[in-house]
Amino acid sequence: MAETAVAEKKEGISFGKKERRLLIDPLNENNPITVQVLGICSALAVTSLILPSLVISVAVVFVCAFSSLITSLLRKYIPNAVRMIVMLVIIAFLVTIVELTLKAFSFTVYKQLAVYIGLIITNCIVMGRLEAFAMANNPWKSFLDGIGNGLGYGAILLIIAFFRELFGKGTLFAGTPIALNIIGAGPDYLINTETSFLFGWYVNNNLMVMPAAAMFIIGILIWIQRARFPKLVDVS
Amino acid sequence: MGLLQFLHKIEPDKKKSPFLHTLFDGFFTFAYAPNTVTKSGTHIKDGMDLKRTMFMVVIALQLAYLFGTYNIGHQHFSALGMHESFLSGFHLKITYGLMKLLPLFIVSNVVGLGIEFIYAAKKGHPIEEGYLVSGALIPLIMPPDLPLWILALSIIFAVIVGKEAFGGTGMNIMNIALLSRVFIFFAYPTYISGDEVWVSGIIKEGTEYMGASYGMIHGVFDWVFSSFGWSTFGEGGMAVADGYTGATPLGLAAKGGWEAVTEVYSPAQMWWGAIPGSIGEMPKLFILAGALLLIITKIASWRIMLSMVLGAAVGGMLINAWGANPFMEVHWLYHFYMGSFFFAMAFMATDPVTAARTEIGKWIYGFLIGIVGMVIRVLNPAYPEGWMLAILFMNVFAPLIDYYVLEANVARRLARVKAKPDTAMEAEPQLSVSEH
Repeated sequence: MAETAVAEKKEGISFGKKERRLLIDPLNENNPITVQVLGICSALAVTSLILPSLVISVAVVFVCAFSSLITSLLRKYIPNAVRMIVMLVIIAFLVTIVELTLKAFSFTVYKQLAVYIGLIITNCIVMGRLEAFAMANNPWKSFLDGIGNGLGYGAILLIIAFFRELFGKGTLFAGTPIALNIIGAGPDYLINTETSFLFGWYVNNNLMVMPAAAMFIIGILIWIQRARFPKLVDVS
Repeated sequence: MGLLQFLHKIEPDKKKSPFLHTLFDGFFTFAYAPNTVTKSGTHIKDGMDLKRTMFMVVIALQLAYLFGTYNIGHQHFSALGMHESFLSGFHLKITYGLMKLLPLFIVSNVVGLGIEFIYAAKKGHPIEEGYLVSGALIPLIMPPDLPLWILALSIIFAVIVGKEAFGGTGMNIMNIALLSRVFIFFAYPTYISGDEVWVSGIIKEGTEYMGASYGMIHGVFDWVFSSFGWSTFGEGGMAVADGYTGATPLGLAAKGGWEAVTEVYSPAQMWWGAIPGSIGEMPKLFILAGALLLIITKIASWRIMLSMVLGAAVGGMLINAWGANPFMEVHWLYHFYMGSFFFAMAFMATDPVTAARTEIGKWIYGFLIGIVGMVIRVLNPAYPEGWMLAILFMNVFAPLIDYYVLEANVARRLARVKAKPDTAMEAEPQLSVSEH
């Protein structure tokens, strides 16, 4: 009895080794995109520029963290038979908040992302973490797990978007105040449209603008990931 | 045997310098068949190893290379309205063609083989010779004026993503040469499609075409040629011949059908290949000679070639029967004159790694390439030529075709066993006797 009492005590808000693993693992060897291969659709669709991928990453971190928190708080009261629907309501509620906020404060980004903000509701990462983790763990741990998985998703999105924007449009951070004109190009998103004389020969790679490029980059990232963690390679 | 002794003397240590040893091994097995033999089991004893098989394809390509070199120069000068007959300005045409083709060939091989070397050394394998053929094929399917860095990028993409990611030579699911071309096709479409890219050294200023000015190397050759009293390149920047558009036969056919094509190119010209296009795809007869060599040496499958011709013919007939616009009314036989059908048939579709392996599968595979390619060529306005996409598309389906051919075979034999349970264990001939 004494032992369980100690365990109960430890379940408060603390930040030990276990909690750190919850945050770090999804960024590393348990990444939702490259290892679990979840949330691929939005990773292909919105990553042609860095700004929208950054926005959707933040949105997913927010939705993932708070839906995990709320689900975990309610986990003892949710009837097992309707748990998916309850989760869906929670996620939809949070996504609506994100959507309305974005509409109010950054309409251009909202238009770029269009339907994909709404589609966070069906993002398998969010639902997957609720089902696999938040339903069985306490609110604080679930919250950290949600943040970790959102960050793991966002990190991959930003890597993909970096390469796609750099080689596809010749810019970095287009549409933001810190936009860089790295290898001179398209006037659409740039503050400075002068072509750099060093890279005057470079022509934008149209393949990188297409979603297919994201597929190749995800494939290469999975390749690198598996080379780094041999235990991920399934021998079947 | 001086060379052999010399090679043994300079052989680097395998453990100390794996990269050098890989390099050495590659060249050593190129010159001599290695005498290391398997100690146990039964094996095929044949000097025709992978490297020599691949080299046969390169030999089959030589006529296309020769004509391609000439044709780059020939198209350049005919666009300018100079040296229009076959032999006039021959030295200029060959020199001009070599100056375009050699850099493409060198970049293609240096980049591709460089990646092979790096991966072979990293994996500790001997060099895989798969790139020999790709390196010879890739320059032939490119437009002559392609910037070299784009070529290098496309080869890096094709070899790493198309081949090394799947485990090296023999493991790729798609044709490497076509993968590099399709990369350029989607990444840099203005360099590999349209009317402007197929004739070398012609630039477009506004709406006017004109010849590009020649560089320093041309000046050096001019000095040599003038000392022999031959014709020279000159300054460049000449106006193009009247009515020059640079359009390929397929581009013309898409606009106005067969009449529009024959206004500019005669059928004989198209058959011999003196038309603008990718470097090696035009000389139909020379390509067929190469295909014949491959069939005789049993390197390429005649089933795929024949079924691909049948597929294209059936596809062409169906489109003729539809006949909704002038391009669809082009007689199906004329389709063989235009574009790169024979090159794709002889060298691309027959790639033994990416094609179907079963005999029935090969018929299905080739036939479907023919139909799909014809559909893309005629019905899709965005893509002027269909064989590249059709072959890549069917490459993906080849394992599926093989799977179902095998399954069907299993099912057929199972049914035979079930029909006659008592004769099931007997040999094949007896079974057929009992059926009589």
